[in-house]
Amino acid sequence: MSEPIKFHFDVDGDNFSSAGEASVQVKRMLRQIGIPADVIRRVSVAMYEGEINMVIHADGGNADVVVEPGKIVIILADRGPGIADIELAMTEGYSTAPENVRSLGFGAGMGLPNMKRYTDDMKIESVVGQGTTVTMTVLF
Amino acid sequence: MTVNQLIEKLSLEVLNLEEGDREITGGYVGDLLSWVMGKAESGDMWVTIMTNVNVVAVASLVDTACVVIADNAEIAPEVIEKARTQGINLLRSSKSAYQLCNEQILL
Repeated sequence: MSEPIKFHFDVDGDNFSSAGEASVQVKRMLRQIGIPADVIRRVSVAMYEGEINMVIHADGGNADVVVEPGKIVIILADRGPGIADIELAMTEGYSTAPENVRSLGFGAGMGLPNMKRYTDDMKIESVVGQGTTVTMTVLF
Repeated sequence: MTVNQLIEKLSLEVLNLEEGDREITGGYVGDLLSWVMGKAESGDMWVTIMTNVNVVAVASLVDTACVVIADNAEIAPEVIEKARTQGINLLRSSKSAYQLCNEQILL
């Protein structure tokens, strides 16, 4: 594998039930190209949390996954409201998710902390009123 | 213990069974999906009362051995269908999460 393998997904902001489709597809494709199971789990859970965030807060967005030898990069970009205080958003248990989302089992304030925990590097670029881009890297 | 053995010993209702001989290597109880994604391990029996379609995605991503719906929580046919397409072992019981874990540990 010399050339990077790239996947692109549009994350539908309206459909909560289909949130996670991209992560499940990525999981399947990574398995097909022989990526180790623990790496697949880290990538797909981090990406799923990000996808859910985009559906909850930003009316969807774009997800790109780039697979290189020894490294997988996930880029999630949205045009949502942005994050005013990233440090606060990273605090376990802090959530601004609405009640209807909480009743589905989300909004526990563990999404961003999980994304950070499961990846080797996570960078959040956000401008209030313009959107957020989260770039996560998993090394293996 | 395999999923098939668990079904038999705990008299679980089978909603979808793809891989009955999958080995159960541990367990996790929880309804908040991010906690499950953060804490549950591959091969776990996941006991929950959450039954929306996102449960199937989480079970798939975490690679749990099976999902056991406790307290006979109501589940929509489309969620069971989703479990079928994703190959998720989906079971249900009238017992509580506490009772299910207790009985599983005693096996």
